[in-house]
Amino acid sequence: MKNTLKQVFHSGKFVAGFSIFMFIVVTVIIFPLFVKTDPLLTISQGSIQGSFLPPGIYVNVYDSIGVDPYTLLLDDAATKRIASKLGDQERLDLKEWLLKAGIPENEIDITDTKSLLGLWTNNYDPKKQVPGMTFAKTRYYQRLNSSLQGILSTEGLTIAATGTVTDTLQAGGTIAQTDYVNVREVPNVRLLLLGTDPFGRDVMTELVSATGTSLLIGIVAGLIATTIGLVLGLAAGYMGGMVDDVVMFFTNLFTVIPTIVLLILISYSIGQEKRGAVTIAVVIGFTAWVWTARAVRAQVISLRNRDHVNLSKLSGHPVWLIIFTDIFPYIASYVAMALILQISSAILYEASLSILGLGPKTTITATLGLMMNWAFYYMAPTLGKWWAYLPVIVVIALVSFSLNLMNTGLDQVYNPALRE
Amino acid sequence: MKGYARYFSKKVMWFIITFVAAFLLNFFLPRMMPGDPVAAIVARMAQGQSNATGVQAIYKQYTELFGTNRPMLEQFLIYLKNVVHGDFGFSFSQYPRTVADVLKTSIWWTICLQFPAIIIGFMIGNVLGVLAAYLKGWYDKAIMPLSIFASGFPAFGMAVILLVIFGVILQWFPTSGGYGFDMLPNLSWAFVWSVIIHYQLPFVSIVLIAIGGWAIGMRSMSIYELNADYVKYSRFMGIKDKKIIQYVFRNAMLPQITGLALAIGTMVGGALVAEIIFSYPGLGTTLLSAIRGQDYPMISATTLIITVMVLIANFTLEILYGFIDPRIKAAQSD
Repeated sequence: MKNTLKQVFHSGKFVAGFSIFMFIVVTVIIFPLFVKTDPLLTISQGSIQGSFLPPGIYVNVYDSIGVDPYTLLLDDAATKRIASKLGDQERLDLKEWLLKAGIPENEIDITDTKSLLGLWTNNYDPKKQVPGMTFAKTRYYQRLNSSLQGILSTEGLTIAATGTVTDTLQAGGTIAQTDYVNVREVPNVRLLLLGTDPFGRDVMTELVSATGTSLLIGIVAGLIATTIGLVLGLAAGYMGGMVDDVVMFFTNLFTVIPTIVLLILISYSIGQEKRGAVTIAVVIGFTAWVWTARAVRAQVISLRNRDHVNLSKLSGHPVWLIIFTDIFPYIASYVAMALILQISSAILYEASLSILGLGPKTTITATLGLMMNWAFYYMAPTLGKWWAYLPVIVVIALVSFSLNLMNTGLDQVYNPALRE
Repeated sequence: MKGYARYFSKKVMWFIITFVAAFLLNFFLPRMMPGDPVAAIVARMAQGQSNATGVQAIYKQYTELFGTNRPMLEQFLIYLKNVVHGDFGFSFSQYPRTVADVLKTSIWWTICLQFPAIIIGFMIGNVLGVLAAYLKGWYDKAIMPLSIFASGFPAFGMAVILLVIFGVILQWFPTSGGYGFDMLPNLSWAFVWSVIIHYQLPFVSIVLIAIGGWAIGMRSMSIYELNADYVKYSRFMGIKDKKIIQYVFRNAMLPQITGLALAIGTMVGGALVAEIIFSYPGLGTTLLSAIRGQDYPMISATTLIITVMVLIANFTLEILYGFIDPRIKAAQSD
């Protein structure tokens, strides 16, 4: 046993797969110790579009006004400020409007911000109808115009609060353009490493919790499927006769009928209310045993008539002892590989079921499949909200890749012909 | 010829048995769950329907189709009789269209998309696998990890990545549907061209997923074959490597074909989900909208048709296999 383990951990592929897998498992365990918020808590508000907050550091605006500012004199501050509102595309748009308004082209220099804005403020008239321009485009220019208001100003802003006695605005202070706050001094800063999902949940914490649930589903389903497959395979292979015929009948049947069809029918029948993560895991486990049973049976048949097994029989050992000591050790490596593959395919089945809308109940737990389902439902891919689905795909691919790598590594250890 | 006849009759018998079993499961699984499925479904449907006569028609038609108050066996016979006549009842979510009417169009989209993609992915994967086993070295070292990665990569993940890169960012291909939104199916060049353009992304995503698994399997098979005596003998005889590789390919292919017959169900399942990502108008998308619309007759009919498609594909492959591998005949006549 010790020797086998040593051999297994000498396989580069197995070690690589094992490391990736353990890294994911450890992250799933450790992360909640540091971040204690509820992973399904809605933290951002807004319409469907507004719920997909992009990744980044969110600094409370109200608090940052309250913090004592520092003065930093940076040369490029003004340039950056202008560039954030007046990028290359906006400059071209301005030029397009000005050309339509009849300004000669040689007068428009889009690289010179001052003269361009000068021309714009002198010529732009929001009410003017430009022939051939769509209404949406007209509105776009109106919005652009208002966002450009005061862009060249070097004055600070005045903060006003509604007075408590009189109901008028009272100046509270001014903010100069050179004022900076240190993020560490602002009391409310939230790092959203992966933004928020369509329901306004923090994708990072949700992803970690979903990975945990999906791994749990994979392991429960894998254990169930491997146990059933092992028991049926051993029984059919060793006992033969009627038992073998019956097991083989069902095995042949369910290898051809697509598992996904069985899963769809059963999950739909259970109903949305009763589908939990564990229920789904059990359903997957009870439909996925076929492959293991088939392969275990084939191996047991080849072992059944070996000399050491016959010797055990002659010595009068009970059947369970023969199976346990004379047959099981020979197929243990195979069963371990089968378990690994079962876990990986169960995770993928859960994801497929969830995308079809037949995954675990949506409001209680997050699973990787459910996160994908939500991202698709709110059309994250076409809206360009990559943070809602890409990290999920990466995690699923990594989990499945690491398990497959472990499996290939084991295969090479136990089948010397496959070694390089 | 006697050996073949036995092989084929055995396969035909199994085809019939699996078909009957699939049909029984499709009927009894939902009914084995506690509660009356039909009553619950019709009640749920009635909430959403604004057309009162429509609801009544569904209710009447549905209770007649399933006759839930009658004994289970009688219900089954009624269902059987209707299905034999191609009558799967009305669709709940697309009333007054019938289920058969909806599926009649979507089934062809699925067949034309999935079967070429699965076969081509299978072929490419096998060729890559033989080359990896034969060339070894850097080629093997590059192909193997890539194949392991691809074989475990979720089908929907590949679909989304292709969709975003080529559909949304580069805008080379449309992102959804089987043909342009502004078109009606007809036999004009413009329509055919639109179908071809919409076809490519889903097709490539299914092919890419399929390649990996077959390449790994084929590599193992070929390594066994390359160590076989006939290869050594051929080398001593001075037969060219190109010729030897052909022999190895043919021999290693045989178990792979059995593998394809067994894996086709899983592959179709993955491809159905890929269809959903591209909103391709096939069975996958129909199934999704049926599940979202709580359209029970549609779900039942779609799963039945998917199963039957897989069974037929499986059966065809096994029959083909019988012709390709002469050992089958020998084994049967023992």
